[in-house]
Amino acid sequence: MREGPVPSAEHAVAGVLTSLRKTPTGIQGLDEVTGGGLPRGRPTLVCGPAGCGKTLLGIEFLVRGISEFGETGVLLAFEETREDLIANVASLGFDLAGLEAKGQLAIDHVSIDPSEIEASGEWDLEGLFIRLGAAIDAVGADRVVIDTIENLFGAFSDSATLRAELRRLFRWLKDRGVTAIITGERGEGTLTRHGIEEYVSDCVIVLDHRVSEQTSTRRLRVVKYRGSLHGTNEYPFLIGKRGVSVVPITSLGLEHHVSNERLSMGVPRLDDMLGGQGVYRGSSILVSGSAGTGKSTLAAQFCDAACARGERALYFAFEESQAQIIRNMGSVGVHLARWVDEGLLQFKCLRPSLLGLEAHLSAMQDVVGDYDPSVVVMDPVSDLLTAGLSRDVSAMLTRLVDFLRVRGVTALFTSLDQEVQLGSANHQIASLIDMWLLVRTHEGNGERNRSLSVLKARGTAHSNQIREFLITGHGVELADVHGLGKVLTGSARLAEEARRSLQSGAEVGDLSVPSAGEGSLFGVLPRAGGVAAVETR
Amino acid sequence: MTPQIAAEPLDAESPELVPDAAFCHLRLYVAGQSPKSLKALANLKRLCDEHLPGRYEIEVVDLVQNPRLAAGDGIIAIPTLVRRLPEPIRKIIGDLSDAERVIVGLQLLPSDR
Repeated sequence: MREGPVPSAEHAVAGVLTSLRKTPTGIQGLDEVTGGGLPRGRPTLVCGPAGCGKTLLGIEFLVRGISEFGETGVLLAFEETREDLIANVASLGFDLAGLEAKGQLAIDHVSIDPSEIEASGEWDLEGLFIRLGAAIDAVGADRVVIDTIENLFGAFSDSATLRAELRRLFRWLKDRGVTAIITGERGEGTLTRHGIEEYVSDCVIVLDHRVSEQTSTRRLRVVKYRGSLHGTNEYPFLIGKRGVSVVPITSLGLEHHVSNERLSMGVPRLDDMLGGQGVYRGSSILVSGSAGTGKSTLAAQFCDAACARGERALYFAFEESQAQIIRNMGSVGVHLARWVDEGLLQFKCLRPSLLGLEAHLSAMQDVVGDYDPSVVVMDPVSDLLTAGLSRDVSAMLTRLVDFLRVRGVTALFTSLDQEVQLGSANHQIASLIDMWLLVRTHEGNGERNRSLSVLKARGTAHSNQIREFLITGHGVELADVHGLGKVLTGSARLAEEARRSLQSGAEVGDLSVPSAGEGSLFGVLPRAGGVAAVETR
Repeated sequence: MTPQIAAEPLDAESPELVPDAAFCHLRLYVAGQSPKSLKALANLKRLCDEHLPGRYEIEVVDLVQNPRLAAGDGIIAIPTLVRRLPEPIRKIIGDLSDAERVIVGLQLLPSDR
């Protein structure tokens, strides 16, 4: 499938900017960063230090060209042999040998003599042109990758001739109308070691691979793109099991389908607090609170409710193991084992310090992509947040929340924070999420009681009340609110409930009430738990 | 003509020199009738007649006609001269106008030492 060269008249319309035609790469995120792909029919320079992934990027460009766009390709390799290349990308599912056999890909390995080649008189690189031309003709190539042409500089002492020939090569590639990627090694002070950016300057992409805080991150930046708008920032990218994936923040989240469906949180009173209906599908919920407040229990109940509806749930646990969680939740009446057995609930337990933030994000995206849950829990996400620099964390959180939102996954994040103040991590995520539930403990009357309040709930009326949050033998329950101007929790609440029942004349089980004057009451609580004698006025 | 290998090299200090009276098999890669290609062929013939009279063979490979043959010897520059025999293989690129370079490069014994 071949096209002729891009006609220059297309770009010369007086006074009107016509957009450059682009070749989509098929590489995740790269087409967004470049505004549609690489310039069609032109060479693009991809440079970076050794090991940055430029060869892989080139190969993926060719492979996806074949599999997704029906465009055949040629790989002219100066560094690795054909066999090495085939072996190196096999683990990513790129079957180069198979594509060759089908006549969709041509690989030509050019071996350069380690010592300089002896020269007598004038020469040119016509042999290279002939080989490349033959390869392009053999498969009818639309895409070409040359990796890495700077190796020629080591072989030929006459660099003037070499440079003239390189200039000729890139003009020749344009004449052939192929969209090419030329890779180069990063130089000191120049983009490439031998300055080939002079000849390949329609589009320049720089890759980087750095280690910061013991975590390695890869970054990509479009330094130049003649005739096109492009994202100018550095974008982190990953090399995952499906190849390269660039995740630009700009592409995320703000244009996506929004659901009106509401889901139960698994706690009826909580659904009541949220406009009576629960949370929107595809929204994100943050449950924050200090240690031991019951956040994980709430999260587990949320999963339980989803599985009971027949939906798949995915639970990322950063502190406990699957067995621990199942056992602990079982003891409060939330039975998760049955959902695991039915395949509706999957646990992913990992230590945050194991991977860098980028790798975490990529791993989570892979799992979500494979398992396709409708509900995801991250417990506690605050563990992840302490794993990196705060601006990286913020970027990663945004991407995570948006990734799930775009997929329509309802996400619940638990976060550990100090009792006295909300930690800075919460501030980062608080503006991203749709709903924020705060669980707190209160000390008083010789007891510690828990309360839950809805701090934020986008898109729905929500109760502004603080409810007592109980972990019973049937999971989480929210107690009614009594009292005027003051929330009664724990025994005070129970006493108030008893008092009201008495007033309305209802039977109250084992309650024995000594006769006393009006307005005072000794209450004995009906089997609910502790006993307290409270005097009320 | 059968190759005649001398019993020992004439110059003991450069054992890699083509022994006198050895047969040279040379392959010249060209690209059609380009000026450099024609020049190289002409220069090569002249040099061979001068230094290897009667014991050389030049094979001309035109890559325009047979592009696939380039990969075998790893050819990217044109013209490229490859000395295939005697071993080891030696390569020289260019139109061969610098005779001294060719002689040194092919490790021939210069006739006017």
